[in-house]
Amino acid sequence: MTAHTTTAPARRRRSPAARREERTGWLFMLPFVLLFLLVFIVPIGYAIYSSFFQQVATGGGAYGGGELVNRFVGLENFRYVVTSGEFWAGMGRVLLYTVIQVPLMIVAALVLAMLIDSFVVKHVSGFRLGYFLPYAIPGVIASIIWVYLYNGQISPIVKGLAALGVNVDFFASNVVLGSMVNITTWTFTGYNMLIFLSALQAIPHELYEAARIDGANGWQVAMKVKLPNVRGAALLAMLLSIVGTIQLFNEPQVMQTADPGISYSYTPMMMAFNTSRGFLTPKGDGPASAIAIVMAVIAGLLAMAYAFVERKVSES
Amino acid sequence: MSIATRREARRAERRRERAQADLPRSMRPSKAVKTITVVVLVVALVYFLFPIYWAIVASTKTPSQLTGSNGLWFAVPLNELPDAIAANYATLLGWTSDRFWRWVGNSLLYSCVSALVGTVVSVMAGYATAKFRFRGKGVTIGIIMAAMLMPATLLTIPQYAIFNALHLDNTMLAVIIPCCVSPFGFFLGRVYAQSSVPDELLEAARIDGAGEARIFFTMVLRLLAPAMVTIFLFMFVATWNNFLLPLMMLSSEDLYPVTLGLYGMVSLAVFNDRGALMMGALLGVLPVIILFLTLQRFWRAGLAAGAVKG
Repeated sequence: MTAHTTTAPARRRRSPAARREERTGWLFMLPFVLLFLLVFIVPIGYAIYSSFFQQVATGGGAYGGGELVNRFVGLENFRYVVTSGEFWAGMGRVLLYTVIQVPLMIVAALVLAMLIDSFVVKHVSGFRLGYFLPYAIPGVIASIIWVYLYNGQISPIVKGLAALGVNVDFFASNVVLGSMVNITTWTFTGYNMLIFLSALQAIPHELYEAARIDGANGWQVAMKVKLPNVRGAALLAMLLSIVGTIQLFNEPQVMQTADPGISYSYTPMMMAFNTSRGFLTPKGDGPASAIAIVMAVIAGLLAMAYAFVERKVSES
Repeated sequence: MSIATRREARRAERRRERAQADLPRSMRPSKAVKTITVVVLVVALVYFLFPIYWAIVASTKTPSQLTGSNGLWFAVPLNELPDAIAANYATLLGWTSDRFWRWVGNSLLYSCVSALVGTVVSVMAGYATAKFRFRGKGVTIGIIMAAMLMPATLLTIPQYAIFNALHLDNTMLAVIIPCCVSPFGFFLGRVYAQSSVPDELLEAARIDGAGEARIFFTMVLRLLAPAMVTIFLFMFVATWNNFLLPLMMLSSEDLYPVTLGLYGMVSLAVFNDRGALMMGALLGVLPVIILFLTLQRFWRAGLAAGAVKG
């Protein structure tokens, strides 16, 4: 798939044809750009704007009842977020979750892709489809199924382990994060495996020929030919997964229905949602936006740090 | 992805298979390696499929059968299974006040409309950036690509504020419009327009006097049809799976997509009919599973574009 650009003759001056090309180009862009403005740019702008305000009641006395007005509070919302113990506790959980979940999933996906792509097993389409199938299950539904499979009363897994003498409580406070890791890993490993499989299958056959002439064995081919060729795809998948796990919401939100130990601010995204919904104080758009902005900044810094470390490692 | 490249891909696959057959001894796997590989692959398969299997079994059980019977098999003899299924189906409809199929219909509507609109606008924009020169192009592409790295759920809270201000919250549009925009769809549209719309064809059509709109809608869309199926699939599933957006935007149960409806049931303190819920979960994912099974190769095409370009 080579990316070739337009081969129109070079037009230095802005000829009528060039102007027409400009107009046509923008007309084709227009629907996407308008929607993009409405769905991405305006909300980002609004989030930044509203993060400087808080809703306060005026005139209503001690029991409220006054009219709600937006009052400019400067950086107060940000001060609240960065000094909030709950926010950092949630961020700590999410980071711990990321550090465990992302490498686990990427390595599992890589191993499965390499095994499927190895010359060892002939009929692989069944495996490929089976691994990918969980991706078709929406995160909420997957979480509900797993919450039931963690339930000691009905789960054959918990009962089976108990019969073997292993008693696990998947909702115990030091285990529950791992239970969520499992749900996400179950859902997305197959998806990432397919990405890696595509990258593996794009490796030119000549490379295998060359390795064969050099007398490489299967293990050496996997490590020296295949692995370097999926590096790009693996690093991108890792980056996108890190950005994805920072927003952890569905799994804890569903697990909350079975486990009262999961608080309204268990993850930063839950905290933002519940602040916006008014279940946490200070409530409303202002503090919720401030939480979202601080999260976006942290996600951006993490992504940059990851890209930086990755470049340093590949240089050395 | 034209027919020619697909044919080539198939040929490459066949070549790989042949290569498997006549591997040199040094690369031929030993029996132990072969056994370990098969064991690992099968164990992984059990891990990925077991929850789905369990959900199927559980969907036939009453609450007391769920706690009392063997979790790995049905609680009633196979010939009584249809009755058990019918009973749980009735329970499901009862809990949802007969809204269940409405929720599935809502999910279908949200996913189809936003994926359809999203695919067309993505392909138009991708085509524009691939085949036209205009001022601001580089910056626009840069911003859209940066949006791919933006944690999407963070946008949902300000999106709610905007739609609330427009008095569009708690409407179908509040779910459909945000799901119409996919930076990944734009990226795929651009990659495919670059690789499978020949410049010569566009030039020839222009010389013949065809207008740009006609060129796009009669020729380009046809060339990009396989790409559009891929983008449609990704956007359809993304909308179907979206949870936070409808949770924020919708308050009337009649507008719920199936995911939110089922979540609402689970979060009820008195809810206990887990078997009926599992039946709802299975019926609710059926449309997506069917899309998966019938359009597998388009999935792989999209993932391959991501892998190669990444």
